[in-house]
Amino acid sequence: MTPTREDQHWMYHNMVTSRRFEEAIAKIYFDGKSPVFNMANGPIPGEMHLSDGQEPVAVGVCAHLNPEDIVTATHRPHHQAIAKGVDLDKMAAEIFGKKTGLSGGRGGHMHIFDADVNFACSGIIAQGMGPAVGAALSRKMQGKPGVAVAFLGEGAVNQGAWHEAMNLAAVWNLPFVCVIEDNSWGISVPKEASTAIANNADRAAAYGIKGMRIEGNDPYAIYEAAGEAIARARAGEGPTLLEVETYRLAGHFMGDAEGYRPEGEKDDLFAKDPIPKMRARMLAEGAATEAELDAIEAESAARVEAAITFARNSEDPAPEDALTAVFA
Amino acid sequence: MNKPNERKLTIARAMAEAMQQEMQIDPSVFVMGEDIGALGGVYGNTRGLLDEFGPERIRDTPISETAFIGAAVGAAQDGMRPVVELMFVDFFGVCFDAIYNLMAKNTYFSGGNFKVPMVLMTSTGGGYSDAGQHSQCVYGTFAHLPGMKVVAPSNAYDAKGLMTAAIRDDSPVVYMYHKSLQGMGWLGTEAGATVHVPEETYTVEIGKAKVVRPGKDVTIVSLGMGVHNALKAAAKLEQQGVEAEVIDLVSLVPLDRDTIRASVAKTGRLIVVDEDYMSYGVSGEIIATVTEHDISVLKAAPKRIAFPDVPIPFARVLEQHCLPNPDKIVAAWDEMKAA
Ligand SMILES: Cc1ncc(C[n+]2csc(CCOP(=O)(O)OP(=O)(O)O)c2C)c(N)n1
Repeated sequence: MTPTREDQHWMYHNMVTSRRFEEAIAKIYFDGKSPVFNMANGPIPGEMHLSDGQEPVAVGVCAHLNPEDIVTATHRPHHQAIAKGVDLDKMAAEIFGKKTGLSGGRGGHMHIFDADVNFACSGIIAQGMGPAVGAALSRKMQGKPGVAVAFLGEGAVNQGAWHEAMNLAAVWNLPFVCVIEDNSWGISVPKEASTAIANNADRAAAYGIKGMRIEGNDPYAIYEAAGEAIARARAGEGPTLLEVETYRLAGHFMGDAEGYRPEGEKDDLFAKDPIPKMRARMLAEGAATEAELDAIEAESAARVEAAITFARNSEDPAPEDALTAVFA
Repeated sequence: MNKPNERKLTIARAMAEAMQQEMQIDPSVFVMGEDIGALGGVYGNTRGLLDEFGPERIRDTPISETAFIGAAVGAAQDGMRPVVELMFVDFFGVCFDAIYNLMAKNTYFSGGNFKVPMVLMTSTGGGYSDAGQHSQCVYGTFAHLPGMKVVAPSNAYDAKGLMTAAIRDDSPVVYMYHKSLQGMGWLGTEAGATVHVPEETYTVEIGKAKVVRPGKDVTIVSLGMGVHNALKAAAKLEQQGVEAEVIDLVSLVPLDRDTIRASVAKTGRLIVVDEDYMSYGVSGEIIATVTEHDISVLKAAPKRIAFPDVPIPFARVLEQHCLPNPDKIVAAWDEMKAA
């Protein structure tokens, strides 16, 4: 299954929007944090985990999803949120901790919740598994359409919750897809030091489901594999486990000195940046013209700028708002 | 307390030095946790240990807290003295069974036949907008459940001595350090936490509170970061001619009730400062410690300044509205005085 011309444009657009968004956040993040870097300061305080380089996974999967489908994501959620259609203005405002944010500033960057497009994320490793599997169960019980996708890092498969939820999805034959973004690092710990097997898709055998590993951080290959997995889920044929090779171009979080990376790794990764690669491929295959891609890029940049401006110009929440919304 | 030529350390370095010295004299001591090897711990408290002791004794783990904390229990029962790190205390949710049903209970279940000499070190606290899964203290949650000692240093001297004492203790010790005291610049460290630390090994007694500032008008009890807020409030109160006595609990389990009672018997007034949630926690326990013993010593109803019973919000204005601070302590005194 190759993406249509339209799908390719959509994928490229979302990859570029995500990248521009991360670049904008990265720049603003350091405002107020120099010369002394203190996470508490500046317009965007707290931890910040950027998704630069991992965009192909988000778009290759979300190209097959509708707003009613469910996505759970992690502490590194911006690329998936954008590809799932989370409101960019409100998401930016949430990251800035503004009243107009998705959660009025209560959640911040690790807690992006958008009920309109069924998107949620959280900061505890593997925590999205249970809720995604539960949403898949709910759709099945209610006889409603929809699949649930849990995005996780490769570090998450060593968490008990991951295995328990995987088994549950399989034994109940739920419309669920687990997508592991293998960027080969869990903070400073390389995959081979933490994980007993090289290919996490092999773990699908333990649950009697289909598993597949996709190499090369390639949006086309991801699109194809995810398309099959999601079609299977929609057809009532149960869950799938996908592991996707991807690259983390940024540090684990902003401020990470990345001393643990082998020399030259970053240069190699930047040389494989998936965005210029996709652009080149579309041009080579005649899937887009220079002018079309330039227009997409300009539109992404403008969209991001508008979202950042919205966030910056929004009001802070009232301090006492902290005490509201605890209960329904 | 600091003299000009004395060596000052951050809490991070004091913790690392205690582990280093204990590892040098006791081959059964080893360290496990996420990113504690090459990275030296997210909060710097294992920095340098990998170089000296190698990956056999300084073990980076998978993100598998149930497995490695459970494994520490087994290793401890089998003659080792593991120090394990739970990177943020908030993550206890994924591994609490190993902590409170195994680590904390196996000594009792076995009638003392099994010892569980391990240390669970874990970061606590907020104030830097890391939101509700990375900013909690949950002191009361750990202290509530029987079978584990719980300590929380407010400065580097205590940090080293408590770590040494915790490693040597034959019971499990939960060692809760506060991110804002750690000495990591990126967390904006409280200067008062970086103090003189002797090079030689020493212990700080687990279960003994410290009067860190004497006074006669009001007792302010706190722990960890709260001690620094209490000391700042006491300095402000001094300008009003009020002498506040500040008690650093140092240890929650065992709790040094005598020191608290003796102080309140003298001052007649009690303010408790706790960054943990207000209800069912440390602040209530401290007040009960006084009132159930002798309510007649109180000249005014006790006050507590704690985190309100809401999840910790991300936005700076929201979080700062909830956190204890020196002004809130001074305001509590003003209300107490007016009452
Ligand atoms: C249960 C739990 N343990 C530890 C952490 C701290 N932590 C945050 S991100 C991270 C590494 C995650 O690696 P991976 O799942 O591969 O995702 P990536 O960061 O590479 O996107 C760790 C250990 C956490 N958030 N939750």
